[in-house]
Amino acid sequence: MVAGSQVGTQTDTPGELADRADDEGEIEVMSQRQLIWRRFKRHRIAMAATVVVGLLYLMVIFADFLATNDPYDSNADRQYTPPQWLRFFDGAKPDLHVCKLVGKRDEFLRKVYEPDCDQIVDVTLFGRGYEYKLLGVTLDRHLFGVDDPVATAEDSLFILGTDVQGRDQYSRLMLAVRLSLLIGLVGIFIALVMGTMLGAVSGFYGGFVDNLIQRSIEIIRSIPTVPLYLGLAAAFPADWSVERRFFAITIVVSLFAWTELARVVRGRYLAMRQEDFVTAAITAGASQRRIIFRHMLPSFYSHITAASSLSLAFMVISETTLSFLGLGLLPPAISLGTLLFSAQNLQTVALAPWLLLPGLVVVILVLALNFMGDGIRDAADPYGS
Amino acid sequence: MLAFLIRRFIYAIIAMWAVSVISFVIINLPAGDFVTTYIATQLATGNLVLEDEAESLRDFYGLNDPVYVQYSKWITRILQGKLGFSFEFNAPVETVLAMNLLNTLLLGAGAIFFIWIVAIPIGIYSAVKQYSPGDYIATFFGYLGLAIPDFLIALVVAYLIFDLTGFLATDLYSAEYRTAPWSFAKAWDLAKHLVLPVIILGTAGTATLIRITRANLLDELKKPYVTTARAKGLTEWQLIMKYPVRYALNPVISLTAYILPFIISGSVILSTVLDLPTIGRDFLRALTAQDIYLSGAVILFSGWLTIIGTFGSDLLLAWVDPRIRLEGD
Repeated sequence: MVAGSQVGTQTDTPGELADRADDEGEIEVMSQRQLIWRRFKRHRIAMAATVVVGLLYLMVIFADFLATNDPYDSNADRQYTPPQWLRFFDGAKPDLHVCKLVGKRDEFLRKVYEPDCDQIVDVTLFGRGYEYKLLGVTLDRHLFGVDDPVATAEDSLFILGTDVQGRDQYSRLMLAVRLSLLIGLVGIFIALVMGTMLGAVSGFYGGFVDNLIQRSIEIIRSIPTVPLYLGLAAAFPADWSVERRFFAITIVVSLFAWTELARVVRGRYLAMRQEDFVTAAITAGASQRRIIFRHMLPSFYSHITAASSLSLAFMVISETTLSFLGLGLLPPAISLGTLLFSAQNLQTVALAPWLLLPGLVVVILVLALNFMGDGIRDAADPYGS
Repeated sequence: MLAFLIRRFIYAIIAMWAVSVISFVIINLPAGDFVTTYIATQLATGNLVLEDEAESLRDFYGLNDPVYVQYSKWITRILQGKLGFSFEFNAPVETVLAMNLLNTLLLGAGAIFFIWIVAIPIGIYSAVKQYSPGDYIATFFGYLGLAIPDFLIALVVAYLIFDLTGFLATDLYSAEYRTAPWSFAKAWDLAKHLVLPVIILGTAGTATLIRITRANLLDELKKPYVTTARAKGLTEWQLIMKYPVRYALNPVISLTAYILPFIISGSVILSTVLDLPTIGRDFLRALTAQDIYLSGAVILFSGWLTIIGTFGSDLLLAWVDPRIRLEGD
């Protein structure tokens, strides 16, 4: 895939090799995949968006490694600590540190923490922190952090501040990205299975079945999503375990997404049925199965990928909205929505604006998924300019 | 034309039936029937519900009947305008809905109006001046409007306004007008409070409509009749407004029905964040309190409203565009 603009090497079919032999190897032969990749590479924004999505998905695996503090560790004393900026230099000498937070009593005798840059807290790379499991291995190393953080606020590192219970917002954000993206992944899997199956059935059989599926899709799409999702989510008992609720909410958010995929698959299927290469395959005596999987499916992989990435964005927004309204995932689950739930009223936001940061992550993620999806769709269209 | 009308009408009726079934299922999803919930809420306020009272309530709502009988009783009552009783508000559901209906309609209609007057000119501009800085800016904001969840726009805008001016952009009435009878001053106060929610609610829809107006107009501009008109010496302005824009705006009619679900969804979220007295806010309160008849009625009517909206826009589209009308014959 890397040397996409060169002569096709790995995916040459016998026919293509024969063609090239005829022309003394001067003609460039590219597979469909290489052509798409070449067009996609020209789309700068889509490339950048893909990198962003890739990085965010790396966070799914390494969330705990990137976190600095135990995301569940609460301390009412450290409520609403403002973000501490990481500083990379001490004078001219490179030195990773933050200003120490010094506790004072304000005029209402509440404890408030303010940075005092005369004292510093050293930040170590690959230091020890709380224990976590990564791919089944128990580890305690983190990308950076205060080595062996004790519970006093003075020595702590809160690069994105703390929430109402004094929990580290940055570490919670890392875990939230993981859960929200997982919802998207599981949801897209459900939507893909349902969407491609019903879409293919609809396109393949046509007639009454097609009509039935298409009308059902129209009806589902005509119901405003938020009332429907909220109605369903509100019916789940509040005492369900975190995992059970996770799956229930995932199913709810994929309820709408599969309809889009089914439409894409059906549309492509119907369009493709008329194409010459399908007629050729039928004439050549290929089996139904071979025609669908070998000839038709590869030519709409990219459309499915594009539709999936747009649906994924929609699902992340849905989960965030549901949890934000208090009917999606519930604490102790940490997702982008449950983090934003704590920023639900204006008074809190005015007091601790950094609680809105998870919202920025949602925006970046959704934008990246949208640009990536659009890029794939454009690249997959052989008739596009 | 008649065949087309009849077919669309039958679809709409079937869709409305399906939505009513879905709403009924959602109403019945929570564990325990609603008389149990009622008894629990009454107990919480210190009122004991006697066993035979509970039984007569169950009889009245037909909770001892088979499911399909329950459904037909429920839908019959709905069609007669009896939507059930809301425990949370301690009033019939229709009374609760009527309370904030005007605010809700004003907010929704305002948002649709805002979307039209903002998105269509920007869409036309973006298409006519394709790849100009203005087009890029519009496209960028279009994407941004799609990517930012409604509640986040509401929170951030309200926070910024509060931070800069100290004005708390919540509620739709100032305290002195909230219970006052209608007067010119009260209407003016409401209008002032509506501006911000309408803009926030319209943002996502604006983004969608800009994209679609732009794409449609770009398709039209490539067509030979545009070249012909230009060759005949029409001014660019006359040319664009007289032919391609009129074609490109056809889908906008059907899109208004398409954005309706988003407006309804958005208003629920916005009303919660900004604490606006609309049906959306009552709906969320009903959901958290398991006040099923109120929440079920909102789900049912928002679905029906969308279906009627789609049907209406189909008719309008068929009337405007003969190609659609003739398709069915």
